[in-house]
Amino acid sequence: MTSETTNAPLLRELPPYALEHLKALEAESIHIIREAAAEFDNPVMLYSIGKDSSVMLRLAQKAFAPGTLPFPLMHINTTWKFREMISFRDQLARELGLRLIESRNEDGVAAGVNPFDYGSSKYTNLMKTVALKSGLTRYGFDCAFGGARRDEEKSRAKERIYSFRDEHHQWDPKNQRPELWNLYNAKIIKGESVRVFPLSNWTELDIWLYIMVDRIPVVPLYFAKERPVVEREGQWIMVDDDRMRLREGETPQMKKVRFRTLGCYPLTAGVESEAETVEEVIQEMLLTKWSERQGRLIDFDEEASMEKKKREGYF
Amino acid sequence: MSELQPGAGGEGALVREDITEYLKRYQRKELLRFVAVGSVDDGKSTLIGRLLHDTGMVYQDQLDAVKKATTMEGEEIDFSLFTDGLKAEREQGITIDVAYRYFATEKRKFIIADTPGHVQYTRNMVTGASTANVALILIDARHGVLEQSRRHGYIASLLGIRHLAVCVNKMDLVGYDRQVFERIRKELDGFTADLSFADVTYFPVSALKGANVVAHSDKTPWYDGPTVLEYLENVPIARDRNLESFRFPVQTVLRPNLDYRGFAGEVASGKVKPGDEVLVLPAGTRSRVKGIDTYDGPLEEAHAPMGVVLRLEDEVDCSRGDMMVLPDDRPRGTRSFEAHVVWMAEADLDPQKTYVLKHTTQETRAQVDRVHWKKDLETLAEKPAPTLGLNDIGRLSLTTHKPLYVDGYQDNRATGAFILIDSLTNNTVGAGMIIGDRERAAQDLEAALKELRAGSGLRPQTQVSPRERVARMGQKGATVWLTGRPGSGRWSLAYALERHLFDLGRTATVIDPTGEDLRSMVSACKAATDAGLVCICAFPSYHIEDREMLRERIGADRVIQVYVNTDPALCAERRPDAQVEDFDPPRHPDLTMALDSVRIEDAVKTIVDDLEKRGQLEAE
Repeated sequence: MTSETTNAPLLRELPPYALEHLKALEAESIHIIREAAAEFDNPVMLYSIGKDSSVMLRLAQKAFAPGTLPFPLMHINTTWKFREMISFRDQLARELGLRLIESRNEDGVAAGVNPFDYGSSKYTNLMKTVALKSGLTRYGFDCAFGGARRDEEKSRAKERIYSFRDEHHQWDPKNQRPELWNLYNAKIIKGESVRVFPLSNWTELDIWLYIMVDRIPVVPLYFAKERPVVEREGQWIMVDDDRMRLREGETPQMKKVRFRTLGCYPLTAGVESEAETVEEVIQEMLLTKWSERQGRLIDFDEEASMEKKKREGYF
Repeated sequence: MSELQPGAGGEGALVREDITEYLKRYQRKELLRFVAVGSVDDGKSTLIGRLLHDTGMVYQDQLDAVKKATTMEGEEIDFSLFTDGLKAEREQGITIDVAYRYFATEKRKFIIADTPGHVQYTRNMVTGASTANVALILIDARHGVLEQSRRHGYIASLLGIRHLAVCVNKMDLVGYDRQVFERIRKELDGFTADLSFADVTYFPVSALKGANVVAHSDKTPWYDGPTVLEYLENVPIARDRNLESFRFPVQTVLRPNLDYRGFAGEVASGKVKPGDEVLVLPAGTRSRVKGIDTYDGPLEEAHAPMGVVLRLEDEVDCSRGDMMVLPDDRPRGTRSFEAHVVWMAEADLDPQKTYVLKHTTQETRAQVDRVHWKKDLETLAEKPAPTLGLNDIGRLSLTTHKPLYVDGYQDNRATGAFILIDSLTNNTVGAGMIIGDRERAAQDLEAALKELRAGSGLRPQTQVSPRERVARMGQKGATVWLTGRPGSGRWSLAYALERHLFDLGRTATVIDPTGEDLRSMVSACKAATDAGLVCICAFPSYHIEDREMLRERIGADRVIQVYVNTDPALCAERRPDAQVEDFDPPRHPDLTMALDSVRIEDAVKTIVDDLEKRGQLEAE
C-alpha cells in the first residue's frame, strides 16, 4: 500500500458486495431485533418519541415487513413532555396501527412531583425510572428494546447489546455477559429481564443521516422555529405550557431555537439555530463542536451520573 | 496540537459549503471494525485518543474536560483520557472490559473494539476480536516483541481476522531508530508466517507525539509506508466475508396473511437470487427462491450480511433454527465436531456437564467429550489438560444433542462460531470456533507425518477406545437382525428403518449381502457395531444355530433380533422362487412383527422404541 491511495477521488466506488455503512448498521440492527423478538417471551419496545426511537421503530418495521410488529411499544410519560411530542406520538401510533402502552408514575402525578421542586435527579428517578420499572413489571415484559447508543456517553461505551437486568431491573457492570459475534444470550429466569439496544453501534450522525435517507418522520421540535423561551442559567428553556414556573425577572421571549434531544420541557434546553431541515441540522451539528448531551441538564448532576442512573434501572 | 476539525473527518470546508454533497459522500462509506489490543503501558489509549482527536471526533466540551483532568501544568494533553470508562475502572486506572468507540473519515466509518492486553483479559480480547476485520496491536519499541505480542497475534488469527496492523509505539523514546523498528518487524514476521493472516503491516509510531498515526512524521524519513489511519482507510476487507457459500439461518417465519409466507433471516454468507434452488436443512427439502423481500422493496440479489425475507416456490416445512443453503454447496451436518474454545467463566469447564450451545439461530445441548490440549498463553505451546479455566484456549471434541449444520470457522465465521451457555447460571461461558475439514486435514497430516518420522516398531492397533467411539457417535450402537422367510419384507423394513434413524440424526447403516457368507456378514455387523453404528442386517439366518452364532459373536446385549413373521402363504406368493423348507422360527425373538398386519412405519417405530428403551441410542 502506498500513500498514493490517499489521493484517490473522494467519491469512490465501493467494492462489489461491500455494504454502505448505513446498510451494514441497518442489517445488524434488524438481526438483533429479530433475534430478541424470537427468543424472548414477552418483548416490548421502549419508545421515547425522540429521533433514536424513531429510527429504532423504522428498523423494527423493516425487520418484520410485510408483517406488523410482534410486540407493543411503551412510552414512559413523565407528564412533563413537550406537547408536540405527545401529539406526534399519538398520530404516529394511529397511522401505523401500533400497539402503544403508556406508563406513568400515577402516585408521583398525584403527589404533584414536578421538575421544579424536586431537582432533576430525584424527579427523573421518580417520574422516569419508577414509571419504567413499574410498567415493565406490570406487563411482565422480559425484554425491552431501547434506543441507547454507545457513542452517547462514556459509561455506555462498554454497554452490551443485550444488557442483563436482575429482578429489580438493576444493572451490574461487573455481571454482564460476554458478547461474541452476533450470537446473543437470551437466557434468563423468571423475573429477570434484558434491555436490548439495537442502535448500539450507531452514532448521532448515522442516526440523522438515516432519518434523511429513509425519510423518517421526527418531532418538529428538532428543527428551528420561533418558540417562547426563557433564559435560565445560560440556556434557553421553552415555556411549553402554563405549568412552567417562571422565576423572578424571567419573561418569555420568542427565539428561533431547536432541540438536540427531547425530554421533559423544563429540563431540556434548546439551542439557537437556523436549521430548519435535516440537512441543515446535520450541518450545524458537524460545525458545532458541542456534545449532544449539553442540552440535557440531568447529566450534569454529578460525575459519572449516567452510570449511577443505569445501576438504578434507568437507561 | 493540530487545529480541531469539525466532527467529521476533516471535511470541514465541504460541510460548510456544500452539505448536500458532503452527505452524498458520507453515505458511500464502508464500515470497518477493528480491535485495538494493548496493555496500559503500551500507549493504546493514547493511540486511540489520538485517532479520535486528530480525525475531529472529540467535541469541545470533552476536550475541555480532558484538559481539566490532565493533572500537571504544562503537560501535553493526555489523549488517553478521551477513552476512559466506568468509574471503578477509572479509579483503578486500567481498562478491564471491551469498550466500543466510533469515528469516521471521508473514506470509512470505524468501530473500534478497545480491549485490554493482559493475559487475564484474554476473554475480553476474544470478544472484541470476534467481530473485527482488522487487529491493531501495540508493541513498545523499547521492549520489543514480548510474549504478549505473540499471544495477541495468535488470538487475532484464531478469531479469523485477516489483517494484522502492528504499531511499534513510543518510537520517540528510541530516537525514531530504524534498526529498532526493523528488528521488531523481522522477529514478529517469523512468528506470524505460521498464522492465517492475509497481510501483516508494521507502523513506526509515536501516539503521544502523533507520529505516523494520522499525519506522516518527519522524524521517520526512512519510512515510506502509510500512516495508521491511511492503512485503516484502505485495507481491502470486502472480500474477507465468505461470499461463496450461501447460508441463510432462518430467524423467524412471517405470516402476515394467508397468502404470504416468508422466511426472515440474515444472509450469513454467500449470496442468493430469485430462481435459485435451495435446500432446507435439516428436512432436506428442495425448493426455489420465489422472491427476496425487504421493507424497501424486492431485491434482485441478496448477499451477506443483508437482512431479508425469502419466499419459496413451494410450501416447505421450515422454521427458526433451520438453514437454507444451495444444494451443491452444503455445510457439514454433524452431531460431533472439534473446536477451539475460549473459556470465559470463572468456573472451570465441567466435562460431566451438559451446556447449551448456540450456533447461528439454532440452540441445542452439548457435551464436551475430550479436551485435546490447552494453550500455554505465555509460550503458546499446546499441553495436555483435563479441563479449561478462565481465559484458557483449548481444542475440544464436542457432541450435540441435535445435528448442527456447520462450516469450519476459518472458512466461514458465521457458521463456524458458537457460544456455550451454562444452563444453571445462564451465563455465556465459552466461545467456540469449529475446526473445519480442511484445517483438520492439514493438521492431521502434519501429525501423521510427525508420527511416521518418529517411527514405531509396534504392530499398529486401534487407538480409539469404545468409550470414545460412543462419545463421538452419541449412541452405543447395535445390530438389528431381521429374521424371516424369503418374501417376508425384511429388506424393505431394513431400509425403512435405516432412513428413519438417519432422519432422527442417528448413524445407521444396512449391511447388504454381496455374495458373502453368513460369517462374513456377522463380522461386518460386529465391526460396524463396534464403531458405534446401528447396523441393520436381514441376511438369511434360517436356522437356530445361525442366530446363536451371530448373537454370541456380536454380543447378545447388542443384538436386537426381529422376527418378521409375515404370513408364509403371502411370502410364498411374493417370492415363489426362493422358498425354504427348513426354516426354524426363532424361539425367543426380541420383537415379532408381521408385515401383512402392521404398517411398515409402525414396525420401524416399534424397533426404534426398543433401541431407545435399551439405551443403545444414548451415549451414557
